[in-house]
Amino acid sequence: MSIDIDTARRVAKLARIRVEEADLPALAGELSGILTFMEQLNEVDVTGVEPMTSVTPMRLKRRKDEVTDGNIQSQVLKNAPDAREGFFAVPKVVE
Amino acid sequence: MSANSWTIAAARDALRKGEISATDLTMACLTAIDAADDLGAFVHKTPDIALEQARTAEARIKAGDAPSMCGIPLGIKDLFCTKGVPSQAASNILGGFTPEYESTVTTKLFEAGAVMLGKLNMDEFAMGSSNETSCYGNAVNPWKVDDRRLTPGGSSGGSAAAVAGDLCLAATGTDTGGSIRQPAAFTGIVGIKPTYGRVSRWGIVAFASSLDQAGPMTKTVRDAAIFLQAMAGHDPKDSTSADLPVPDFEAALTGDIRGKKIGLPREYRMEGMRAEIEKLWSDGAAMLRDAGAEIVDISLPHTKYALPAYYVIAPAEASSNLARYDGVRYGHRAKLAAGDGITEMYEKTRAEGFGKEVQRRVMIGTYVLSAGFYDAYYNRARKVRALIKRDFEQAFAAGVDAILTPATPSAAFGLGEMSSADPIEMYLNDVFTVTVNLAGLPGISVPVGLDKQGLPLGLQLIGRPWEEGDLLNHAYVLEQAAGFVAKPTKWW
Repeated sequence: MSIDIDTARRVAKLARIRVEEADLPALAGELSGILTFMEQLNEVDVTGVEPMTSVTPMRLKRRKDEVTDGNIQSQVLKNAPDAREGFFAVPKVVE
Repeated sequence: MSANSWTIAAARDALRKGEISATDLTMACLTAIDAADDLGAFVHKTPDIALEQARTAEARIKAGDAPSMCGIPLGIKDLFCTKGVPSQAASNILGGFTPEYESTVTTKLFEAGAVMLGKLNMDEFAMGSSNETSCYGNAVNPWKVDDRRLTPGGSSGGSAAAVAGDLCLAATGTDTGGSIRQPAAFTGIVGIKPTYGRVSRWGIVAFASSLDQAGPMTKTVRDAAIFLQAMAGHDPKDSTSADLPVPDFEAALTGDIRGKKIGLPREYRMEGMRAEIEKLWSDGAAMLRDAGAEIVDISLPHTKYALPAYYVIAPAEASSNLARYDGVRYGHRAKLAAGDGITEMYEKTRAEGFGKEVQRRVMIGTYVLSAGFYDAYYNRARKVRALIKRDFEQAFAAGVDAILTPATPSAAFGLGEMSSADPIEMYLNDVFTVTVNLAGLPGISVPVGLDKQGLPLGLQLIGRPWEEGDLLNHAYVLEQAAGFVAKPTKWW
């Protein structure tokens, strides 16, 4: 599977990582190399095999749906790059 | 012998007998750390916390309340969130992040009286096999045979360098594809990845959640047993942590493996395998045979597909886990230009904050999960993963108690030597270890010998799920038989 420059641009966009136009050909080459390595998986007969969802046959625990935490606004915001008046601040989202 | 070079077991006994105080033991490590900046192992030093914890441990020991880890000075991988102490996963995107909470593993260790000396270097987000993707710069292997500086392996490279260089008695590591076992092998120490679910992942920065598991990196197998005991156990905050009793791992070290069946998987005899690795492997098998075990040939037919399956599944999970680094809630946010909106904020922040390898894996993961490719890559890889696990189940069902393999394809290589290589070549470091994560099994790396240059080589033992005790006992027998006592000559 070979990845062209348009696909590399689209993947970078989906991943929300800025890649300069000049760097796209190298990125496309690297991604193609890795995907070619993965092509080996096509040799395996996987007829009738269920995709693994849990590596240990365990039933995930459930707990009561109740509040166990809270009232820690200042702790939640403490590491924010920009917090104002009790909120996370971001650039304008809606025009 | 200076106290920083002691084992956990020796220190525990000396502390209980009052032959050394926890403060003196901690000071010995802090002194060693301050003289070892050339190793690049400790990236955030916490001497004040360490001495405070040592004093508390001292009081507990005096009062006769001394669990095994009480007063034991440890290094903590930067992947573990530690309250009030930088926890960056060696990434610029978490620059300045100091958690308001403590990971379950470090909470348990501190409750047991352990002492934290500081945070340890690693590959960024645990993605790497040489500790060269770290935002802090390289960690360096204490072993050296010529002018070159060697990698301590990765991703837990700082942990391995710190333990092998006697900067601490032991360290925490994490292992997603071999990140405990490969660095342990490269530095002549012991590293165990427990069964998936044995140790809580809560508060550990996530890489690939279905593969990540934390474990100890230690100087001996006995220390691994003691340390793992203190880390393991059910945690309601991690829904994948197993609600199973934790047996006494140290008590499992009987040294008796008579009648046990050890499998040697023929698919691990890779084409182009180095002669000295092959010899180490057969020497290890002979040691276990001499101890009364039966050695059998086994087949794990899907081994060849483990690496490609891993490099679909791990990046897929990583792309999802790392979506949280958006410059909003914690860590780095890029400086924005006039008119930049929220999308530019995400894209610039992630381009600046993530290193090359992390960006590459996030994009691969994004691609294999994207519409049209999900079935062809991600679902197919999960099916192959099921087959890899079935291979092991069939071997265990046929009566195999443990599986012996090489830990790594080579000894430690020089820092920078792989930098021009294709990323796949670096991925090949995990060829013997990655199957164990895919199958959720426990695996341990034990130092067994030196290569012809004089660098340590390790063998890996793989056990049945939840049978870490039995696995540690096999490793203990191998350790005793190999009698590996070599230490790096101090150059730093």
